Amino acid sequence: MSSTPDHTEIPEALIERRRRRSSQLIWIVPIIAAVIGVSLAIKSYIERGPVISITFKNGEGIEAGKTRIKYKDVQIGEVKSIKIARDRSHVVVTAEINREAGDLLKEDTRFWVVRARISGNSVSGLSTLMEGSYIGVEAGLSKEHNYEFTGLDRPPVVNLKVPGRQYILHASDIGSLDISSPIYYRRMQVGEVIAYDLDKDGKGVTIKIFVQAPYDRFVKANTRFWHASGVDFTLDANGVKLNTESMVSILLGGIACQTPEDRIGTQPAAAHSAFTLFADRETAMKNPDTVVETYVMMFRESVRGLPIGAPVDLRGVAVGEVNKISVEMDTNKKTFSMPVEVRFYPERLRARYRDRSRQGNSMDSRKLLDTLVENGLRAQIRSANLLTGQLYVALDFFAKAPHVKIDWSKNPPEIPTMTGSIEEFQATLIQILQKLDKLPLEDLAGDARRTIQTLETTLKGVDKLLKNLDTVFLPESRAMVEDVRKTLDEARKTLAGAKQTLSADAPLQQDLRETLRELGRAAQSLRALSDYLERHPESLIRGKKEDEK
Amino acid sequence: MKRRVSPSAAGLGLCSCRTCGLVSGPYTYKSLDTALCPRCLARLHSRKPGSVESCWALLIAAYVLYIPANLLPIMETGSLFEYRKDTIMSGIVHLWKSGNWGIAAIVFIASIIVPLFKMIALTLLLVSVQRKSTWWPMQRTRLYRLVDLVGRWSMLDIYVVTIMAALVQIRALATVKAGTGAIAFGAVVVLTMFAAMKFDPRLIWDPLRERSEL
Repeated sequence: MSSTPDHTEIPEALIERRRRRSSQLIWIVPIIAAVIGVSLAIKSYIERGPVISITFKNGEGIEAGKTRIKYKDVQIGEVKSIKIARDRSHVVVTAEINREAGDLLKEDTRFWVVRARISGNSVSGLSTLMEGSYIGVEAGLSKEHNYEFTGLDRPPVVNLKVPGRQYILHASDIGSLDISSPIYYRRMQVGEVIAYDLDKDGKGVTIKIFVQAPYDRFVKANTRFWHASGVDFTLDANGVKLNTESMVSILLGGIACQTPEDRIGTQPAAAHSAFTLFADRETAMKNPDTVVETYVMMFRESVRGLPIGAPVDLRGVAVGEVNKISVEMDTNKKTFSMPVEVRFYPERLRARYRDRSRQGNSMDSRKLLDTLVENGLRAQIRSANLLTGQLYVALDFFAKAPHVKIDWSKNPPEIPTMTGSIEEFQATLIQILQKLDKLPLEDLAGDARRTIQTLETTLKGVDKLLKNLDTVFLPESRAMVEDVRKTLDEARKTLAGAKQTLSADAPLQQDLRETLRELGRAAQSLRALSDYLERHPESLIRGKKEDEK
Repeated sequence: MKRRVSPSAAGLGLCSCRTCGLVSGPYTYKSLDTALCPRCLARLHSRKPGSVESCWALLIAAYVLYIPANLLPIMETGSLFEYRKDTIMSGIVHLWKSGNWGIAAIVFIASIIVPLFKMIALTLLLVSVQRKSTWWPMQRTRLYRLVDLVGRWSMLDIYVVTIMAALVQIRALATVKAGTGAIAFGAVVVLTMFAAMKFDPRLIWDPLRERSEL
């Protein structure tokens, strides 16, 4: 403050009589900023959807921050991170789902990685070749929310929302089936294979199939399923028969189903009911044998050529099949016998009476068999094919069979057997041959020769005799013939006399004839008289009446 | 205070017109009335009116918006192969991981350090001015100059984003969109620039004069 400039040189400021403008207005700026900031925060908080974790077997094609999650090809989220699970058996993918898609996260929502897939009958996910894999979603139907999922290995074949039913098929092997193999009903595709797995005991395969809604009602409790995979080529008496499903199924396999029309039971099968998958149509459409009884047949002859599964045939109808063949040795007699165990389907015998009574089947079939055996029913091994030597077990009636009764206390009970026809035939043939063998053919030949020699000498003797006759007896016999001729002449003369007497125009004959005629007339008039008297007995007294005419 | 204090306009009760440069007096800035320049009739202010108050308001707004600016994605890039949203920090991390350490450092400094530094520096200045501190006025003045100088460079990010968004629009192949974070970030930069403009560095020196007057 030492040197203050001269104030007179400096013009005086003018004073405006006015209140100073309030500077409070500037505080609107931070308030607006705060509002914007808070609204942004709220917005981002609201927009931030739920975070879910999905477990996959591997992280193939999944990248943190890149892989999208798509529902019906619309992005609904993004993978945030991939971590390997603690036990290193799988990977855990953490993903953020958009707020509006949060409703999709139900308990049964399914996730899978969409990659380019080329299978037999479909090509899918080609777009992923360009833009990389993404995670596909299928919304669940459950009401429970869930934020932890297990990813599927492959895309689900059937959408949960497609109405229809799932069924379970049990098969001995998978054949050429695969996921999405078609199911045919009357050669129309009605469903797909959705899963398959080996049974726990490893003895079969369980296949899960899905049949779409309008068609699932055709799947009845007794519907049969069979592999429609191949070509069914049959050559029989009717000619060549070729039976196939569609070309696709020939190439890729498939399952066909049909309900036998003659069977009762029209209730559609419940979802998840189990069926058997047969190898072909023929086996599938066979009547199911609900009652199976096991019997054993003891054969003494060779069972070579009798396979397991060979039919037990009753006059051309298979009523059972061979189940087991073994060999048994009788230590006392030192003989072998072949116990053949058969599965017997008594229902096939009594198909016509099936509906009558279902109870006491076992007792019924015992009675039945008892009567049949009493009537001579026996099992016999017969040749099915002379060329291949295939055998089958025939049940037939043998009237001469010895009386046997089935011992029901044994398990399995034994059906009596007869030695097979071939065996029998062979035995007879051998017997004949043996007999032929025993014949003393050489002795016989010697005898014959001797006889012929004797015959020759005899003939010679006869010859001699004839010559003797010629010389000794001839003159005597000539005289005798002369005498005989004379006698005959005499006899002829006598006969001619007799003939004259007896001829038709002889007087004696004439008279006799006349007399007989008279006698006939007399008899006639006598008959007329007696007739008249019978009608008019009074005429004896009154005399004959005059004719009234 | 050993420092030699030269007389200031305010100390002499003089005020220079910001419009025509005429010095007039006597000026009493504490008065409720407004002084007018005798030559051009512009209002006379010895110091920027409401400087500290406005500066505070703008600074607080900048602080508020700094949070979403860093948390929200600043740029969304979609290409054939990927689609990503980047916040400032994730972009820096991405650059760093992909080996562009230099660029990462530049972006980090320009986009995170500088705005933060500006806001902290302004806060320091405001607090010290309000407390009428006489502490290191020269350094604080230098700090103010630095804040003023460096302010516009923080807009680098926004320039990049806006230019990219305008240029890269190849529909299916690649698209770049400015995210909501970019707006907040731009607002932060602009607000700090305004706050720095509103701040009157002469206020740093005023307490020195007042103390010497006492």
